[in-house]
This record gives sequence, structure tokens and C-alpha cells, in this order.
Amino acid sequence: MISFFIKRLLLLIPVFLAVSLVIFMIVHLVPGDPIDNLVQINSSPEQKAALAAKYGLDKPLYQQYTIWLGNALTGDLGDAIILRRPVADLIAQNLPHSLSLGALALLFSTVVGITAGALAAIYKDSWIDRVTMTLILLGSTVPGFWLGLLLIMLFAVQLGWFPVSGARSWDALVLPVLTIGLGGVALVARVTRVAMIETARKDFVMMLHAKGVPPWRIELRHVLRHALLPVVTILSLRIGWILGGAVTVEFVFARPGLGSLLITSLNQRDYPVVQGALLMLAVAVMLGTLLGDIVQAAMDPRVRERIK
Amino acid sequence: MALLSVQGISVSIGALCPLEGVTFDIDKGEILGLVGESGSGKSLTAMCVMGLLPRIGGSITKGSIVFDGRDLIGLPEIELRRLRGKRIALISQNPMTSLDPIIRIGAQIDQVSTLHLGLSAEAAKARSLELIAQLRIPEPAAIHRAYPHQLSGGMKQRIVIAMALAADPDLIVADEPTTALDVTIQAQIIQIMVELVRDRGLALMLITHDMGVVAQACDRVVVLYAGRVAEMNRIGEIFGKPKHPYTRELIRCIPRLGQEPGSLKGIPGVVPSIVDYPNGCRFNPRCSNAQTLCRDQAPALEPKSSGLAACHFSEI
Amino acid sequence: MTAFAPIRTAIWSPRGGVSAAVLVLVVACALFAPLIAPYAYDIQNLPGANTEPGAAHWMGTDEFGRDLMSRIIYGARTSLSVAVTAISISVAAGLTLGAMAGYFGGWFDRAVTAVVDLTWSFPEILIALILIAIIGPGLESTMVAISIAYLAQFTRLTRAQIMALKNETYVEATTNLGAGHFHIIFRHLLPNALTPVIVAGMLATGDAIILEATLGFFGLGAQPPTPSWGAMMSSGTAQIFIAPWIIIFPGLAIAITVISINLFGDALIEALDIRNRLRSV
Repeated sequence: MISFFIKRLLLLIPVFLAVSLVIFMIVHLVPGDPIDNLVQINSSPEQKAALAAKYGLDKPLYQQYTIWLGNALTGDLGDAIILRRPVADLIAQNLPHSLSLGALALLFSTVVGITAGALAAIYKDSWIDRVTMTLILLGSTVPGFWLGLLLIMLFAVQLGWFPVSGARSWDALVLPVLTIGLGGVALVARVTRVAMIETARKDFVMMLHAKGVPPWRIELRHVLRHALLPVVTILSLRIGWILGGAVTVEFVFARPGLGSLLITSLNQRDYPVVQGALLMLAVAVMLGTLLGDIVQAAMDPRVRERIK
Repeated sequence: MALLSVQGISVSIGALCPLEGVTFDIDKGEILGLVGESGSGKSLTAMCVMGLLPRIGGSITKGSIVFDGRDLIGLPEIELRRLRGKRIALISQNPMTSLDPIIRIGAQIDQVSTLHLGLSAEAAKARSLELIAQLRIPEPAAIHRAYPHQLSGGMKQRIVIAMALAADPDLIVADEPTTALDVTIQAQIIQIMVELVRDRGLALMLITHDMGVVAQACDRVVVLYAGRVAEMNRIGEIFGKPKHPYTRELIRCIPRLGQEPGSLKGIPGVVPSIVDYPNGCRFNPRCSNAQTLCRDQAPALEPKSSGLAACHFSEI
Repeated sequence: MTAFAPIRTAIWSPRGGVSAAVLVLVVACALFAPLIAPYAYDIQNLPGANTEPGAAHWMGTDEFGRDLMSRIIYGARTSLSVAVTAISISVAAGLTLGAMAGYFGGWFDRAVTAVVDLTWSFPEILIALILIAIIGPGLESTMVAISIAYLAQFTRLTRAQIMALKNETYVEATTNLGAGHFHIIFRHLLPNALTPVIVAGMLATGDAIILEATLGFFGLGAQPPTPSWGAMMSSGTAQIFIAPWIIIFPGLAIAITVISINLFGDALIEALDIRNRLRSV
């Protein structure tokens, strides 16, 4: 298991290098002199020169990249142009908010999605199935930010149950988690339902019935367990999707976090912050995928076999 | 009284009627062969006996299935479930797909005895290990810990047999237990299975299309053709004096040692399709002796000089 | 089988019929916006700002007193043209890349697959944001960002189809007859691989509408005064306490359009019987 973990971690290195290269190139692909994209407004020529020297802007591009990557890996992501603070500080300040939101949304989507999908599959073609399927359709087609706004209007503005925005208290998490969650629930429920219905048709399930195992035990211990495999696969592939949802939702709810940091700095063309936030989000997506792989291997002996 | 008595059951699946008036019985400790070509309704008969027909969307429209004095038709599902695995066990067709791929072999056998015999986890494990050893699988403890994908097809089928034996059933239904396996291990598996069944005095309903297997293992034989019973008799009579032309053809098709190359022929014609069964005797289009009567009227399953057969012209 | 038979089947199914009707309506709004819209989309009327929905303004007015319904009708133009153009480009590029990768194999296939796999695990919104960071905000960059964000999906799907078709006998026969690679790809393989990719493209158009709206909502897409469903909601957030309709109606337009696309796509998948081919991704 540990060797598997290390192997997967090593596999992520080329991915990380490729992604970081793209993110590094942002500053160079944007029209204009790179230095102008990195330096604070009203900087003196001396400050500009110092920064250019720091990033080795006179050196060839690949050397600049190694310098930049080296700095980034040691926690130096440069200084924000507008906010005039180290980007690393901004990220450290925003990351916990995104992490708690992302983790809760993931938990919510998984638990509720699996429950809904399993109920829909077990009671296939009943009203439970139809209601779930309708919610799945809505959840996967309604834009996340609109749903967030509707929830704000209903529960925050009209009913006043939860705060409209911000992250000052725990109950401020409820609406954002619900907003990201509905999309996640739709995805998980859909996969769970299809996988359970397909598994239920398999020979070994018939064999379990022939062994006299009670149906509810077959559904929960065997069929559902099998259905969780594709759910984990989808979640590990789409974990970034939930993080993407976090980006949108943070902006809607004016919550601090990597997402709102990214959108704000994109609008202000604060490139060091854009680079830092994108890099963190990319790392989060990669680690999420890794987590999914590990959970998958823990659940399926055939996957463990393949790794060996 | 017979352990299992199937009387004139007809089955419908949607608009189709794949079984019609199927009748046979099995005594305690008896091995009954159920033979026929694919599509003759052998596996469906197994489903009926297991009470699993509703799971594939079928229903029994006529007849009775009496097991140990109780009619299984109309028995509530919860009662049926107490019989399944405990008193009537199934050995399925394809061992490759019959085991849950993500659960350890041991746990899948243990499940049966904990469920039906109320054994503790340790007792169930000990029992499973014993069964695995009886099936002549080396290193029972290692197999108990293994996952299905780590075993060969033959080994998996032995495990399925162990599962069937785990709760000491009275009747085992084996649905073509070796078709999915390599020819070389087919005989071996049949031999082990028959031995264990004989040792324990269990009844076995052995479904197969292989007359060789029938000759090797069975006491009595039921021949199915196109959803109806063609003939039922003791093994010696079936091979010695077949009453139904279809049985005769089946026996003629068994390859024999010293046979001239190229002399082995199949039965002319094809098995009729379920959506288009012929009128009268369903074998008439392929029968060399078919008369007008055979085309007009379905023969009843009647006592002959020995056993039962459904043929207008079996005067032996 | 003529090309239109499955479409007809899809339209005659209950889901397909209703969704097709809605889609025709949305497309009509986009095409004939100046004829349908009761007002011009950019005429401001500050005294009449944030008017509730009523007889004069069925969907009310926004913070500048502009008629919301007119803006939503014109917004269909922005949303549809951006999404359809972007996805068309993406599908065309994905078909070419996927077909070449699947057909030729070798290093080219490995390179394409590596890049596709790399982008696959990243959410489209993140890819779009990276691209916007490079090319800057605006409608054109939204289009470019969307078409690149979805490229991986179509390349992957086409490649899988081509790989499956490549080994079929008729391709072999054509090769033996001496047909050139491009002849085989474009005359024999692609036509057979086309259907699932086009249906996937249609479904992705729905997602693209949402992505366009999201970027617009972030202020990175359409710039004022261009009416865009996403951007309209963005400016509406400031009025959330007093004029919730500025948010409700554009969102409803998006939701209805996207749900109709999904339902019609689903009916089409059913009519074409290609669910398995789409799942092979």
C-alpha cells in the first residue's frame, strides 16, 4: 500500500511540472513586458530591476522557470501587486476556508448522493426513483452560482436563517455547502444508481439470493459495495469539479478562499496572485485524485492486484 | 415419498411460455439428470425449484413444486429464503461470475453457515476450511484468505460447491456446473461433486447437455425438449431402451471409441425457437418417424413399459 | 437509415418533443431578438430602475431601468452564439486530433493522450480560468477558453471510436485496396465515429452555456453593455435585497435552456441507441 502511494505520488511529478509550466507561462504570454505583470504599480526603476534580477528575467526562459519553480516550492510565490503582500501569506490566509468548504461539500455530496442513488436503485421505477432522478437532472443542469443566489434569497434574505455572505461563523458554511453539494449529489447519485442497477443483474447477486441471503443485506453489503467502486472512480476523476464548484461559490457568497482570491485577482490582473492561487488549486486537484486512487485500491482487491 | 416432486409446471416470462407441464421427482439421496439442448428450459427449471423465477421476471402459471411435503408455490418469500441455501442449494453455471469479486473466498463460504446454521465466525471458518479440504483444494487457509480473481475456474467451481454444501442441504441443484470449465477438469469436478453428494446421501439435480456426464453420474434422467418433458426413466433404460425418438438421437450423438472418423452426426434440423413452436409434438419437424397425428396433437407424458415418455409411437 | 430518422424519433418522444419545442423557441429568440424584444436592450431609464415585473415590463427592469425581458432575449444571442461556436470549434478540433491519434498511434497518440489525460482531471472552469488569465477577459477569450476546456472530452471520445473501428474488416479491406491514410480516416472512419461525438457535443453545449454564464458572472466574459445571462446576474447581486428578479429570470433562462438541451440529447441518445458508445470514454 505504501509503495503504491509512493508510486502514485511519483507519477504526479510530471503532471505537476506540466501544470506549473503552463501557470508560469501566464506572465510571459500576456501581452506586454513580463516585468510589468509582476511589479507593483508606481514602483521605482530600481525596484523593477531588483525584481527582474530576482526572477532572472534576463536569462533564458527555462532558467526563469526553474528559478520560479524553486521559489514556489520553497514558499516564495512573490508579492501581490494590488494587495502589496506576499502571495504565500494570502494563500495561507485563504486556503483553510477553501479546504473546509471543499471537504464538507465532498462529504455532503458523497453521503447524500450515495443514499439517494441507492434508494433510487433499490426502489427503481417508484416515486422515490422519479423524485431522485428529477433532482439529479436539476442538480446537473442548474448553474451553481444561480442556485447559490436562489438559496441566499430564500434562506438568508427572506427567512434570515443563515448569513448572506462571509465566513465569520459556522452557519455561514451551510448555504455554500448546499450549493456545491447539489451538483455533487447529482453526480454521485446518478453513478450510484446506474452502478447498483447494473450490479444487481450480475450472476453473483443471483447466487447470493440462491444462498438465501436476505435482500437488504445483498443490497447493502454486496451491491452497494460494488456500486461504490465507480463512485470513487468518478469522484477521484471529478474531485476537481467539486473544487471548481468551490471557486464559483466562494465568489457568490463573498467568502474568503482560493476561488474568490483567484477571481478577484484575475479581474485586477494581479498576476502573482493568479499564479499562486492557480498553482494551489492544481495541487489540490492532483492530491484529490491521488486520494481517490488510494481509496479505490483499498476497496477493490483487483485494483491492488493490478498495481503490483 | 419423493423429496422433491415437480408436477406439471408451466412458466411464463412476458408473453412467452418457455416451460409447459414439466413433471419429475427426486428421491432422497438420488442423482437425477436433467438433459436437453440449450433453450430446452433446463436452467429455468432450476430457477423454479430455487424459487428464483420472479428475479428474472418469470412466473409459474400452473402446477406444483412440493419439497419435503410443502408446496413451494405460494410460499412467502421469507419462507423460501429460509429454504434456499439451507435445504436446497445451487451450484451455478459459471463459477467465473458466481462469486463476489471483492469479498474474500472464505467469507463467502462462511456466510452460508453463519446465516443458516447460526455458527459463530470461528466455527464457520473452521467448517469452511474443512469443506475446502474435502474438495481437495491444497492450502485451505490460503484459499480462505484469497480473492476470487486469484483462483482458476476449476478452483472457483470447487468453492461454489463448498458454498452449496456449507449448510448441509438435502437437495443440490447443479446447473451445468462444468460447461464453463476446461474439458480436462470437467470430469474431475463432476467426480468430486458426485462423491461428496453420495457420501452425504444428498439428492442432486444435475442439469447438463452432456450425455457422457449423465452416464457417469446419474441414477435417473429427465429429457427436456423445447420446454416439455420428452422422457423420464432410470439410467439403464434411457441408454438401453430409449422410448422417445429425441432420446435415441441424443444417445446416437455420443462419440464412441473406435468410431469411424466422420460418422458422428448431429440431430438433423434445429431446436425450434420459443416464439415459434410447432404444433403437435414439438419434435415432429426433426423426427424421422413423424406422422400426421404428431403434427396435430401433442403427445401426453404417459407410462410406458418402464418410465414415462411423451410420444405417440413409442411402443416399446 | 437516413440521418433524420433518429431525430424524428427523438422529437416524437414526450421528453424530446417538449425540449425540442423549447429549444426552437430559444433559438428563435437568439435569431430574431430585434423583432421579438419589446424594448432595445441598452436603453437606460434611471427613474424606472428596479421596477417590479408588471404589464409594461413583464420581467421588470434592472438597476439602470433597462427592460429585463428584452435583455434576456438578446442574451440568448450571446449565450448561444458563444456556446455553439466554441463547441463547434472544439468538436472539429477534437475529431481531427482524436482521429489522427487513434489511427496513427505511436508517439503522436501517446503525446495527445498524455495532454488529454492531463487536462481531463482538471475541472473545465479551472482550465477556462487559466486561459482567461493568459488571453484576458472578454467574449472572444470566453469562446477560446470554452473550446479548449472541452477539447479533451471530444478528442478522447473520437479516439476511442476510431480505435474500435480501426480493426474492423472493411477498414482492412480498404487499406488492402491501396487507399491513402487520409482517405481512410476522412471517408471511412470519421463518418462512422461522428454520431456519438456530435451528440456529446450537443450535450456539452449545455455545459458551455453554464460555463459562459459563470465566466460572465465573474466579470470575465461579456463586458457591458452586451447582454449576457451570466453578467446580468452579476450586476443583479448588488440588488439582491430589492430586485431579486434581476437574478431569478436570467438564471431561469439558463436552467430551462440547459435542461432542454440535456433532455433532447438524452432522447437522441435513446433514439440512436448509442449510450454504450458514449460511455466508453
